[in-house]
Amino acid sequence: MEIVNFAHGEFLMLAMYVAFFAWLLARLDPVVSFPLAALVLAGLGWATYHGIIRWVLGGPMLAQIFATFGLAVFLRSAAQFLWGVDFRVVSAPLLGGRASLGGVFVGLPQLTASVAALGAFVALHLFLARSETGLALQATAQDRQAAALMGIDTERMFALGWAIGAGCVGVAGALLTMFFYVFPDVGAAFALLAYVTVALGGFGNVPATLLAGVIVGLVEALAGLLIAPALKYAVVFLLYLGVVLWRPQGLFGRF
Amino acid sequence: MIRLIAALFVLPVALATTLAAPLPASAQSQEIVIGLAYPMSGPNAQAGIDDKPVFEIAAEIANGTLDLPFPFYQRLKGMPGLKGAKVRLIISDHQTKPELGQAEAERLITQEKVHALVCCWASSVTATASQVAERYGIPFVNAESSSPGLTARGFKWLFRTSPHDEHFTQVMFDFFRDFQKRRGVKIRTLGLTYEDTLFGSDSARVQRELARKYGYEVVVDLAYRQRTTSLQAEVQRLKAANPDVWMPTSYQQDAMLFVRTTRDLDYNPRMIMAQDSGHISSDFVKEVGREAEGTMTRSPFADDLLDKRPIAKAVNDLYAKRAGKNIYDLPARAFTGIMTLLDAINRAGTTDPEAIRKALVATNIPGDQLIMTWDHIRFDATGQNIGVRAIIQQLQGGKYYTVYPFEIATRDVIYPIPAWKDRK
Repeated sequence: MEIVNFAHGEFLMLAMYVAFFAWLLARLDPVVSFPLAALVLAGLGWATYHGIIRWVLGGPMLAQIFATFGLAVFLRSAAQFLWGVDFRVVSAPLLGGRASLGGVFVGLPQLTASVAALGAFVALHLFLARSETGLALQATAQDRQAAALMGIDTERMFALGWAIGAGCVGVAGALLTMFFYVFPDVGAAFALLAYVTVALGGFGNVPATLLAGVIVGLVEALAGLLIAPALKYAVVFLLYLGVVLWRPQGLFGRF
Repeated sequence: MIRLIAALFVLPVALATTLAAPLPASAQSQEIVIGLAYPMSGPNAQAGIDDKPVFEIAAEIANGTLDLPFPFYQRLKGMPGLKGAKVRLIISDHQTKPELGQAEAERLITQEKVHALVCCWASSVTATASQVAERYGIPFVNAESSSPGLTARGFKWLFRTSPHDEHFTQVMFDFFRDFQKRRGVKIRTLGLTYEDTLFGSDSARVQRELARKYGYEVVVDLAYRQRTTSLQAEVQRLKAANPDVWMPTSYQQDAMLFVRTTRDLDYNPRMIMAQDSGHISSDFVKEVGREAEGTMTRSPFADDLLDKRPIAKAVNDLYAKRAGKNIYDLPARAFTGIMTLLDAINRAGTTDPEAIRKALVATNIPGDQLIMTWDHIRFDATGQNIGVRAIIQQLQGGKYYTVYPFEIATRDVIYPIPAWKDRK
């Protein structure tokens, strides 16, 4: 939607805290509470659009970058202020242990998370490709003025875009708490990988992001196994650099 | 501003020590001035704040206003060697900045005319400040810095009571040797995983050297990216090689992720020997302490022995009253350091630097008079205390207990660690 959200990692962190507190206060396992995290985050995304993004959309590129970057710093500091810098974990989640997929062992929480992520992807893809609102959203992303001329309420579409984006990270964050610790800085490690994945696939292309995600995951795992675990990100970023040198718009990007 | 803060810290101490110890009429004019350069502000200020009470306690023991009923401390009461000279402390702030530590050491020596320094907590500051003391020929006691290189520089005036990092790793291998004898088990292979910054790579280097020296085979030698998002590949490698002992060196985030990943992938190490830090941090113990059952770590201080050893209990009672919390590793080491210095000054019978240095060289304090669980304090030619002994603790039921050395252990070693499928 013409703007990169640098606070995406912090959204993830907030989603993880939502899932953590749902577990701590109401004993809701992340498997159960992830719709709640998605809803809370979607609301946050919607509010972010109306509170901040709307006001800088017309502004210069730098203003847009600094707005979401500032939001990221604010959210991180706020989390630190409210919940401290302590590391928290959801102990004894419902799903533990591992599953065997044709002789390959995978942690059950990780498997659940990836299945849920795939589900979220299919749902998002169907919504964007099949529903009228989804098509309107795509049209807005392609050309705001033209979409407005067709009678699409672009303002609403932008807000929806933000709500969906944040809602998706809500699902991811909640499921991540099944096997990852929570603390205010947790988003940083994932955000960078997320940007690389999206940029690798090409901004604005949802199926391409899925493919890029699989590529990044495979490269990371294979590099860790075959070369050295310490170098796995180096290989991922090297691949990314190679791709953007060859195709600056990403593998399947339009922009 | 910095001066102001420093002054704010120094003033109450100066006042407290002078007020608490009104000079008797017959007192001599002689005074023993000890400079303490510690982080009193900045990111590590807590360390200086936590150490301050032990210095005050030490000064009060020497000045005869505080009674610690153990022979070593009774001998120092009122500093009989100097006929009742009073100890005055000057605490200065170096903010954990090596250049400031150097400047403060210079100031303490040339302007405050201190007779000895106790300094500096951080290894990097100790490195620069001790150079100043060496140049001026002033006794310098280091109680807490753990970088091995500090005592390898051939300094004449530097004395370190604290163990350094190589001692900490040595204890793991001492444990392996003694444990094999005691339980009749065989330990042959080791798996090292370590984070890829200085802490991890130094730790692994020493572990590798010691493994070679004692004839263990390192079957996994794996650096991993610090603060990584996934440790699956690392744990799978460990699982495939299945070493007799897994020796992780991690900060707390990675340590927590390791616990989760080993459970998810059903990796069941028989023995885990961690390098302090992440595996002993309070968040680790609080959040995954129960899952990490059986994890062992080298540890600098046996806090579960506080109540069992009379001397540690006596000092802790004094400390807790002032600091509002129990004494822990660093203040305990600081106390040991300054008492060692006071003992040397008392035996020297003068504040002459060379006489104090000679007395330090001749130091011999038995272990039962120390709050640390060390054998004794005696310095080798480099100024390193050779009586130090690190301990091994093990997580049992969500809490760390001392399991080695066996003679001071509060619990037996759990071995092998129960497999994930057999838990609860």
